[in-house]
Formats: sequence, structure tokens, C-alpha cells
Amino acid sequence: MDVEILARIQFAFTIAFHYIYPPLSIGLGLLLVVMEGMYLKTRNKLYEQMTRFWIRIFALIFGIGVATGIIMEFEFGTNWATYSKYVGDIFGSALAAEGIFAFALESGFLGILLFGWNRVSSGVHFFSTIMVFLGSMFSAVWIVVANSWQQTPAGFHIVGAGMNARAEITDFWAMVYNPSSVDRMWHVWIGSFLAGAFLVLSINAWYIIKNKHLAIAKPAFKIALAVATFFSLAQLVVGSKSAEGVAKNQPAKLAAMEGHFDSSASAPMYLFGWVNKSKQETYGLKIPGGLSYLSHGDFNAPVRGLNSFKKDVQPPQVNAVFQFYHIMIAVGMLMIGATLLACWYWKKGSLFNKKWLMWFFVWSVLLPQVANECGWFTAEMGRQPWVVYGLLRTSDALSKTVTANQVLFSLILFFLVYSLLLVLFLYLLNRKIQHGPETEEDDDHDLEANTKRNNPMIGQPSS
Amino acid sequence: MGSRPADLFFSWRDAGPLHALQTNSIVYMETFLGLDYNVWWFLVFGAVISGYAILDGFDLGAGALHLFLKKEQSRRIALNAIGPMFDGNEVWLVIGGGALFAGFPVAYAAIFSAFYIPFMVFLMGIIFRAISIEFRSKEPMQWWRTTWDVSYCVSSIVIALSLGLMLGNIALGMPLNEAHEFSGDWLSFFNPFAILIAITTLSLFMLHGAIYLGMKTESRLYTKLTILAKNFTIFFVISFALSTFYTLLYIPHLSDEIKGHPVLFILPLIMTLAIANIPRCLKKRNFRLAFVSSSVTIAALLVLVAVEVFPYLVYSPQFPANSITVENAAASYKTMGILLVIALIGTPLVLTYTIFVFWTFKGKVKLDEMSL
Repeated sequence: MDVEILARIQFAFTIAFHYIYPPLSIGLGLLLVVMEGMYLKTRNKLYEQMTRFWIRIFALIFGIGVATGIIMEFEFGTNWATYSKYVGDIFGSALAAEGIFAFALESGFLGILLFGWNRVSSGVHFFSTIMVFLGSMFSAVWIVVANSWQQTPAGFHIVGAGMNARAEITDFWAMVYNPSSVDRMWHVWIGSFLAGAFLVLSINAWYIIKNKHLAIAKPAFKIALAVATFFSLAQLVVGSKSAEGVAKNQPAKLAAMEGHFDSSASAPMYLFGWVNKSKQETYGLKIPGGLSYLSHGDFNAPVRGLNSFKKDVQPPQVNAVFQFYHIMIAVGMLMIGATLLACWYWKKGSLFNKKWLMWFFVWSVLLPQVANECGWFTAEMGRQPWVVYGLLRTSDALSKTVTANQVLFSLILFFLVYSLLLVLFLYLLNRKIQHGPETEEDDDHDLEANTKRNNPMIGQPSS
Repeated sequence: MGSRPADLFFSWRDAGPLHALQTNSIVYMETFLGLDYNVWWFLVFGAVISGYAILDGFDLGAGALHLFLKKEQSRRIALNAIGPMFDGNEVWLVIGGGALFAGFPVAYAAIFSAFYIPFMVFLMGIIFRAISIEFRSKEPMQWWRTTWDVSYCVSSIVIALSLGLMLGNIALGMPLNEAHEFSGDWLSFFNPFAILIAITTLSLFMLHGAIYLGMKTESRLYTKLTILAKNFTIFFVISFALSTFYTLLYIPHLSDEIKGHPVLFILPLIMTLAIANIPRCLKKRNFRLAFVSSSVTIAALLVLVAVEVFPYLVYSPQFPANSITVENAAASYKTMGILLVIALIGTPLVLTYTIFVFWTFKGKVKLDEMSL
């Protein structure tokens, strides 16, 4: 295999693995703010136990997210040196801003969130929780800005030629508010809220099935269900706006997403299907004129097909882009259906008696993960053969000094280490779930209760 | 705009080749307080890296000496002394990476692609250090905890050594081609000078870490750390002396800078005083002042390297014209201006959180139910 394909596999693998965690941190961050806010408002011990249980889970997720995230920041330099030189002005600025404005905020206050429960007043702790949550949101802003600039470059000009060519900022805010960044920002945020909400749903559904910690599990499930329902619906609106943006700004990607080859008068939209690239045909269940409506608000408007682009600017993996995109949408619809159904049973008062639905929610934690990953694969593979749309080809972006063997070595290393990380993560997450929240009854027998009694700092009502 | 203010400040350096290397078609200068933006960004980057070395330096040192602590209770206290801080400290590495990427993209691209293998090893160290701290306390079994103790110690040592190795090679310079990319063999990074710098870095971090832990602990553990800190001082002084002699004997281009400008002798002088102050403080049990001294030592060492290297970011001894400098590696002046604004807004914020967190966890470590 050559350096390009190895470097792409390595980047895809490391970013896909990393992306399991930050959305969970953002989503759980939101729920922690809600839970701790409820605790401060009601002073109900129940919410305190709930918050502290989820802080422990948050710590686990955040830790792996940071460790795998640091890799990403340097992988541009190690594997994509030409890219780094070409876009350093712009992409680097967004990463620097992310570090100083977002990552510093969340990591700084993380110490207090995790270890400060007995050291600071409850108000300061709540403030720290909010800061960690905001930090993770800001982090997403800058990363999405940087990536959106790769999709829809704006606010720059090209200086120099050949080996020395590079993009320089001409208008910082035009770069930040490039045509796709705002839509994609909301899309990513909401995907993250869903990841967090479905994790909370999943674990509490399991407690409800096992008849454990019911006093905490039921209210936590309801909080998460409300969040999940609202954002599943919101994602439909935001996601379709994002697709409209693709239609407008990246027509070749849109054509690949729907397997649309010939520019026809009325372009269909597929619910599911299969693309045969060599025969230039797409089979499946379709809505006639759907793509035309999405692109132009008119069922009969023509939409550019892949064949209207030169061969060397067409996304090469059409079926993969098509499948990732359609899986994302199907999963999104499933989340809407499931949360609405659960809300209906909630209203009828029989939500927690529906064992099958609870089992569904136990596994539902995978849904937003699948949708998030598929969405990113659609975005990134649909942008090919470009790394910066219309400006720099992926094949030109590599580090020229790095050999295939070096990349193969690091790829194997990442594969082994990340497999270990995933196993450990799941093992420890499972342990925490089995252990469950610390409740009043456990406290009496616990060593921790002794600490509480012996330490005058702990257990006092916070001022 | 001005007449090369950078050279007014650093007038001893013949900046002749820099003009020849200027790749932008329009050559103009933007200055702030009389210094060129590029020079400002070099200072910002240097400050961030020094901040990282001082802050994560004590985490890494504490990790490297972890296995010297034998008792479970001691190891827990040591871990909890850095537990709430190390994520915040690692942020400085992330900011440093972003600062280099944005401000000097050519250097970012060259350095990380050149150090491909050492840097991958470094990154694995970063992963294992983080998960060791995180996972160790999650299970009570002895084998589990020992495994993570070893992993924590080894990964901290690996991080410190690889940082030192890269620093040594940056100071030494490396072969670059006309595209300012590395054109040598990565095995050449394992040269005696860089290895000496790597060991010096490790010893300095271990000293720094022992002092930090001394500040955070009590009774017998505290006494043990006092002894460790003394031994690490000796370890550091020996490795530093060896590196210095090696530099003077074999690498004249590094020492020339200092020799040519006697005023710069103040840097080694500050370092010597700071190091000499450490045993004195340890004797008086003033760990806080000892910590300040070891922090000053780290900063002075990095300033020394920066002075020796400037205005080069990566020097190419074989073909000096291919060297990467603060000018030919720099982002546009527009971007530099934006970055300086970001730094001016961001730095006070970051310092505020950092101080707030350190203040929250000030004093000796007390284990409670939220501890690791």
C-alpha cells in the first residue's frame, strides 16, 4: 500500500475513534448542568447522587477523549505536512483558538468538577460544571470552523505558486462564518447532545429493567428522554438545512450522497438503495423529485449529476458515501420514532412497564454514535478527491519525508493501543454501571462515609 | 512597519540570509512595541512551551519517580497531588502545538514529519500516562494497580526522554531540503548530544516533580521525597555538566552565540544560582522556594536554547540556506496580528483558571471519596 492510502486510513481510524468521546462529553456535560441545576434548585439528595454518579462516568469519557484528541492535533504535522504548510494560516489559527479559548477552559475547570465536590461551595462547583460544558461546546465550534473551511473555503487568498503556494487569511470573520460552518455547527452540537442523552437513557433503562436504583433511574431517564426527543426532532430541521448547504456549495458531494449520475430534469431522493458505479445506476426505494425539492424547492428542477463533473473531481467512493449518508438518516428517523413513542407512553403513565422498549433503549446508545460517525464519513469521503474543496488534493497534501513503513508502523501501533483503550473503556464503564450511584443506604457501610464523618470539610451544608 | 526592528534587538545575529529566503513576493513588516510580529510570536511560542515544561514537568517528574514510592498510600497521595492538575497542564502542550501550527506552519510541518517515529512514541506516552492516572484507582486488585503504576512511570519517562531528544535535535539542527522538509535518516536523531539532553530533561523533571510532591505531602512520605529531591539534584547537575562540556567541545555553533555576547552569560549564571538554591531550600524545608528555583531552572534552560537557536527555528547545518527561520516559516502578517489578539485575550483567561484551580487544591493532599 502507498503512503496516501495508509495515511488516510490512519487519519480516519484515529479520528473515528476519537469522535466516540467528545460528543459524549458535550452531551453529558449538558445533562450534568441540568442535573446539578436541579439539585441546587431542589436540594434533593437524589439529584446530588445522580450528578455525582454521572460525573464519574464523565471523567472516564473525558479522559480518553483528551488522550486521543491530542493525537489529532499533531497528526496534521506528522502525516500531512504539505497540507499543514498550505493551510497553516487558517486551519492553524482555528486550532490555536480552540486550544486557548475552549480546551483550556474545559480542562482547567475539569479538576474542580471531578475532584472539587468537597473543596468548593456548591455554587462554585456548579459554575465549574457549566464552564466545562461551555468549554466543550466552544471546542466543537473551532474544530467545526476549521473543518467547514475545508469544505467551503472563504475569507482567504492564495499566495505563491507550486511548492510554496499557500492560503492566507484575508478576512478572519468570513473564514469563521464560511458558508457551511453555522449549519454544521448546530448539526454537530445536536448530534453530541443526542450522544449524551442516549447514554443516560441506556444506562437508566438497564437499571429500570433490573429494578435497581429506581429512585434515581426514573427521573434521570425522564430528563434524558426530554432532551433526546427535543434534539432528535431539532436534528431533522438542522440536518436538512445542512444538506441544503451541501446542495448549494458542494454539488459533487450531493450527487454522490444520492448516487445521482445524470443531470436530469427531476432528481429522486432515495430512502435506501445501492449504487453500481460501473453501470452508473442506483437501485432502491426513492421519492421522485425529492432531491430536486431539497436543492431548489421544486420537484421538477434539474440537479447536477456526477457526470457533469470532470472525472478527476468526482468523489471516487460513490456507494460508500451514499450508504453512510442513508444510514445516518435512517438512524436519525429511528431516534425520532423511538423517543416520540416513549413520550407517548410516558404521558399514558406506562413508560417504565414496557420492558421491550426499555431493552430497546439499553441498546439505543449506539444509535447516535452510528449516526455521528456515518455523518462524518459522508462529509469527508464526499469531499474527496479534495482535502480543501477545490483547492488542494488529498494526494498532494502528504508529508513527503514520511515513508509507507513509518505510517504502517504507527497505524499498527494505533490499532493495538486503541483496541486496548476500547476494551478498558467498556470494562470500566460496565463496572461503574454495575456499581451504580452511591445511595444513602450504601453510605452507611462504606469507607467513604467514614471519611465524610472524620473530615469536617465534608458533609457540611454548602454555603 | 519599520527597519527590521528584530535586528535592532538581536543585532549580533547576521540576518543576511533571511532576505534571500523571503518567499513572499511583498516584503513588509508589522511591528508591535518595536518588535516584529514574527519575533513576538516566537516569544509567545517560547513562553507557552516554557509554561508547558514547568507545569507538565512536575507531573512527568512525579510519574518518573512513582516507583520509588513503595506504599499504596504514598502512591495514592502522589497521584492525587497531580490528578486535578495534569489535564490543565497538558493544555499548554495543545496550545503550543496550535501556536506553532498557526504561527509557523512551515516549522510545524517540518518538525512533526521529521520526528515521525519519536513523536508517535511520545504520543503513545501521552495516552498511557493519562489512562494510567485515570484507571489505576478503578479496581482494588494489587496486580491491576501495579500494572498501572508501572505504565504511569514508564510512560512519564518516555515522554520526558522523547521531549528532551526532540529538543536536543532542534538545538543541533537537522538536514533540510529546499522545501524546508527533513531530508535525513530519523535514526540520526539518536546522537550523543540529543541523548544527553534527553537524560538532562528527565533528571530536571524528576527533581522538579520530587519538589512538587514534597510541597503536597506530609510526615514520612515528605521526608522520603526530601531525600529523593537531593539525589535528583545530583543526577541533574551531573547530566547537565556532561551536556555542557559536550556542547563546548563538539558543537561550537551552539556555544558561539553565548561566547560572542558576554551579556548572555547571565543565563547560565541564573541557572547555576537557581540550582544551587535548591539544596539550600530543601535543608530549610522551604519547598515552595525550591519549586520556584526548579521552575526558573527549566525556564532558563529553554531560554538558553531559544537564544542559541534564534532566529532559526530549525537550523540546517549542511545547507544553511534551507534552514527554517522565524521569517520564512511565518504565517502572513494578517494572521500573526489575529493570533496576537487571540493570545492577548486568551492568556489572562488561561492564567486565571490555572491560578484558580491551583488555589482550590492548594496545601497538602487530603484523600477523600472523590480522590483517585
